[in-house]
Amino acid sequence: MRQTCLNMVYELAKQDPRVVFVGSDLGIGTLKQFKAEMPERFFMEGVSEQSIVSMCAGLALEGKIVYFNTIATFITRRCFEQVAIDCCLHNVPVRLIGSGGGLVYAPLGPTHLATEDIAIFRALPNMTIVAPADANEMRRLMLATVNHPGPIYIRLGKGGDLIVTPDDQQFAIGKTFRFRPGTDAVIFSTGITTRVALDAAASVIGRQVGVVHVPTIKPLDGTAILEYVGHAPVVVTIEEGTVSGGLGSAIAELLLEAGVTPRFRRLGIPDVFPDQYGSQASLLERYEITSTHLSDTIRRLWANS
Amino acid sequence: MTTSPIAIKLDARSKELRRLVLRGIAGGRRGHIGSSFSLVEILRVLYDDVLRYDPKNPSWPERDRCILSKGHGCLALYAVLADKGFFPAAELDKFCKRDGILGGHPERHKVPGVEASTGSLGHGMPIGIGMALNARIDKANYRVFVVGSDGESQEGSVWEGALAAAKHNLAELTVLIDYNKQQSYGLVSEVLGLEPILEKWRSFGFAADEVNGHDVAALRDLLQQIPLDPAKPTAIICHTVKGKGIKRCEQDLSWHHKTKVSDEELVVLREGLEEY
Repeated sequence: MRQTCLNMVYELAKQDPRVVFVGSDLGIGTLKQFKAEMPERFFMEGVSEQSIVSMCAGLALEGKIVYFNTIATFITRRCFEQVAIDCCLHNVPVRLIGSGGGLVYAPLGPTHLATEDIAIFRALPNMTIVAPADANEMRRLMLATVNHPGPIYIRLGKGGDLIVTPDDQQFAIGKTFRFRPGTDAVIFSTGITTRVALDAAASVIGRQVGVVHVPTIKPLDGTAILEYVGHAPVVVTIEEGTVSGGLGSAIAELLLEAGVTPRFRRLGIPDVFPDQYGSQASLLERYEITSTHLSDTIRRLWANS
Repeated sequence: MTTSPIAIKLDARSKELRRLVLRGIAGGRRGHIGSSFSLVEILRVLYDDVLRYDPKNPSWPERDRCILSKGHGCLALYAVLADKGFFPAAELDKFCKRDGILGGHPERHKVPGVEASTGSLGHGMPIGIGMALNARIDKANYRVFVVGSDGESQEGSVWEGALAAAKHNLAELTVLIDYNKQQSYGLVSEVLGLEPILEKWRSFGFAADEVNGHDVAALRDLLQQIPLDPAKPTAIICHTVKGKGIKRCEQDLSWHHKTKVSDEELVVLREGLEEY
């Protein structure tokens, strides 16, 4: 997914002279071709993320479309004020590409785990937050980023993520996609958890579980989400991030304010710093962000309703 | 410096600009008085003698960009911008009011002539670096000026930006530091000292010099020489006096920022300026 994303920055830059790439201290050889062919629009600026985000805003204030990539936690935690003021208050087209969204960097520990990135960026006016499910959707998303107004946070998965989005997906920023119809229960997912949701829905025999993929968490596609919920008795959200303030919170707020009150659960990382290393898969398992737990949750909610 | 910043007498124009600052303070009954008064000559010389701009077309693409990174000194910037006709001086009467465009920190989308919304410190220089890099990409001729403060130079992002500006040999960028040597709590040297400040900027790869920040002729002379080195960004340390122009403010740290300024205090401020 990251490779696709960065390759797309290169492709976009070839077509549009406004496109600029900025990295902090990325791996050797990153976007080598970009640097060779368009050196004046390629910047690798070192371990100085705060000033880099401001610099990106300065470029964007002058009309550039700036793609900045570094590790997600460094963008969201360290540079929060630069993102809030320089990117969001100025409302400029800076694309913040966060590597390792969620639990990707499991072996590296909590300093590198972007667990609350979505929650904290949701609080920023003018911010758009997207978490594609796979590399194919990433490609479609990147095409849509060029002329989108204002800042965008692009959350990257691990890479090599299973392809779950259909080739004919009419991707648009701000739009949700129902990948599986079903009104006995509806699952809302984002990023790589859409695969988990599809597996869970397929494992339920005898009742119809819908799956709605929400690649854009902000702005939330409220009208469509309410329509997909309809009169479903059970709604469950699943995400690879904290349940405090993420996708699940956003949907809970939407439903309650609309007077829609199905049996409801949010699956995700609880209010803790992950306390184990291992792998992304093992941490997803530890926090029960799995298809088994998801389908069990739905069954329990049915049983109690 | 032949004359010390404290000894500089103010000419009619410097006093008039300060009267506009006081007009803003009277309008909002608040403001960073000392921080604005130390800035007046720096901004005056920039806007009178150095910058290219068109008040009737604030977004003229070829204008020089000037960012007030110490956004709390905005009353001095508002005074100069009003004087130049970017907006009517009557806006100063609505400083910090709900129907005004002039807030306690400057905002780009509200105030004609303001290039960046600042207030939280340490943002202006790296934003300016982005603007200067854009000029290079586009082969445009505009220059970028960032006016920062000494207290602001305690922010790490200032020095991150300094590394970047030097790496890019960003001669299009000039940073001016309003070095009034005081911050909110007390003396900069006691809170978190910056000396040797000139050597710091030089060691970070800037061509740096210092000047009496209230000496209009000296400022003009130095700024006409920029870039001081055609292959380096420029840093100019402007030695100034916080509250310059009103003796009472110069001698009292509590004038850094005042709220609920009373009628009596306004009289004292106005009289202090006229007596100076």
